[in-house]
Amino acid sequence: MAIDLKAPPAASRDLADLVRADRAHTSLYTDPAIFEQEMDRIFASCWVWVAHVSEVKEAGDYKSTYVGRQPVVVVRDRKQKIHVLLNRCRHRAATVCEEKKGRTNSFVCPYHGWSYGLDGSLRGVPHPESYGQCLDKGEYPLKSLRVEEYAGMVFATFREDIEPLADWLGPAKKWMDLFMKQGGGYPIKVAGEHRFRFPGNWKIQLENTTDGYHFPVVHKSFLSSVDEQTERMLDFVNGPGFVEDLGNGHSVMVMIPELVDLEENLDAPVPARFAELAEELRKEGHDEAKVRRIVRAVGGSGFNLNLFPNIACSMAFFRVLRPVSVNETEIHHAVITMDGGPAAANRARLRLHEHFQGPMGFGTPDDSEAWERVQKGAQAGTDLWILLNRGLPGERVTEDGRAGDVSAETGMRAAYQQWKKLMTGRG
Amino acid sequence: MNTQLLTEVSAFLWQEADMLDHHDYQDWLAQWTADGLYIVPIDPDVASGPADLADRLNYAYDDADMRAKRVARLTSGESVSTQPASRTVRSLSRFRILADDGAAITVRAAQHLREFRKETLRDYTADVTYELARTGDGFRLKSKIVRLVNSTDALHSIGYIL
Repeated sequence: MAIDLKAPPAASRDLADLVRADRAHTSLYTDPAIFEQEMDRIFASCWVWVAHVSEVKEAGDYKSTYVGRQPVVVVRDRKQKIHVLLNRCRHRAATVCEEKKGRTNSFVCPYHGWSYGLDGSLRGVPHPESYGQCLDKGEYPLKSLRVEEYAGMVFATFREDIEPLADWLGPAKKWMDLFMKQGGGYPIKVAGEHRFRFPGNWKIQLENTTDGYHFPVVHKSFLSSVDEQTERMLDFVNGPGFVEDLGNGHSVMVMIPELVDLEENLDAPVPARFAELAEELRKEGHDEAKVRRIVRAVGGSGFNLNLFPNIACSMAFFRVLRPVSVNETEIHHAVITMDGGPAAANRARLRLHEHFQGPMGFGTPDDSEAWERVQKGAQAGTDLWILLNRGLPGERVTEDGRAGDVSAETGMRAAYQQWKKLMTGRG
Repeated sequence: MNTQLLTEVSAFLWQEADMLDHHDYQDWLAQWTADGLYIVPIDPDVASGPADLADRLNYAYDDADMRAKRVARLTSGESVSTQPASRTVRSLSRFRILADDGAAITVRAAQHLREFRKETLRDYTADVTYELARTGDGFRLKSKIVRLVNSTDALHSIGYIL
């Protein structure tokens, strides 16, 4: 069958025609009008990740972040309920919170002093006399989003009429449960993050989380910096791993099958790179079972779970993406530690994160360079397509969806089909 | 004020800065004590030292092994983000001796660095604190903590040594 390789001109474009089973059109990276529609039809219309519960652990703890381009505050109230509030005073729109995180009793607008409770309710208005009877405080709380959580991951949405979070996540839930086992018996904790921006479209980063194909190419310098055992473990492209479409745009890439369940194989030999840590933990008096459990968890899980549209549970960290504009994206790589766990194990996790992630890491800068090059290259051949057909012939139907080999572009195909569904309102 | 010591210290640190701008990385690696730590924190708290920062997330927390690996990566040709390499010029000024216990000197300085790579010129301004161990023939770096003024912001890649 002949395939029409030319997309229709921009003016007459049907969005549905820009995503096909094996390709996506270049304009998805470059068209500002498409980006505007994405903010409305995706980021304002589905569940968007906003926080891990450890970031708002105690009453009054808050974090400021974004849902799409809209600034929000995530805050825990005194009844332990987590609220996601638009960061905008109801009077004349100034932000009520400028700190990235902290603890407070209230949010006070710096402009005219309107103050709001931790649940967003409008508590006080200076000099109310002038309003007479024309201001009912009950009508002007900070606008509140719908909030639900699963496995400690907090999501928010503007929509009251979409499915519950648990249904949206579907088969991804079991992978989230597996991922959280890297606490090694302790609750997991977000203990800081690397933030960086790259001049490129957000979907370039979305694709990357389940892109096994790039790893040995882009991360050659990282692979040269690790011990032989680790290098062999990360040589997964021809290995038995897989990528699975989990529905709703979510996907998982299993690179290292033996590290899917961190509570299994606790009798396996301690890897050379963690031998010193194991010895340190033994000296601290931890019994052998506990040492094994912590050491097995410390390097993270053997998979990347990509949750559409903005969060990934990626081996040992959370990858958060924030679309800034059609050609600008901010990424946060949040480090995970064991809350209350041995300091030596947490130091090992911090050093592993620094080794790969962040602007001075041995991995992230090379990813970032590649994504920047994608955006630059996408300015050429504007009628061309982004190919997503790798691994298509070997794909098989699974209980949860479809799976391809570990470097198949199955995860990207899943994300773009979800994109098409949300952008066109058609399945 | 001990201007003689200030002159000796600044001469040593200017030499270190020049090595980094000119990619004399093997010479730079030899400037360190065996237990020396090169740290680029995120945490803006100026009171935190190497021991505090060990328990926090940083941009870099390099012991001798990681420093050698960082140099190997920058010069390997294997990293697409360092091909081509950034060109940097840094100036150090505002040296102040904070402590001197005979064995080691703590000094703080202002660093202004400009970087050019491909089509972009960038600025990185930092407050840098050094611990210098006295050796028979001068000094060795015992710790270097580079506190970027914008450390808590979203940064672009830094494909060189600050």
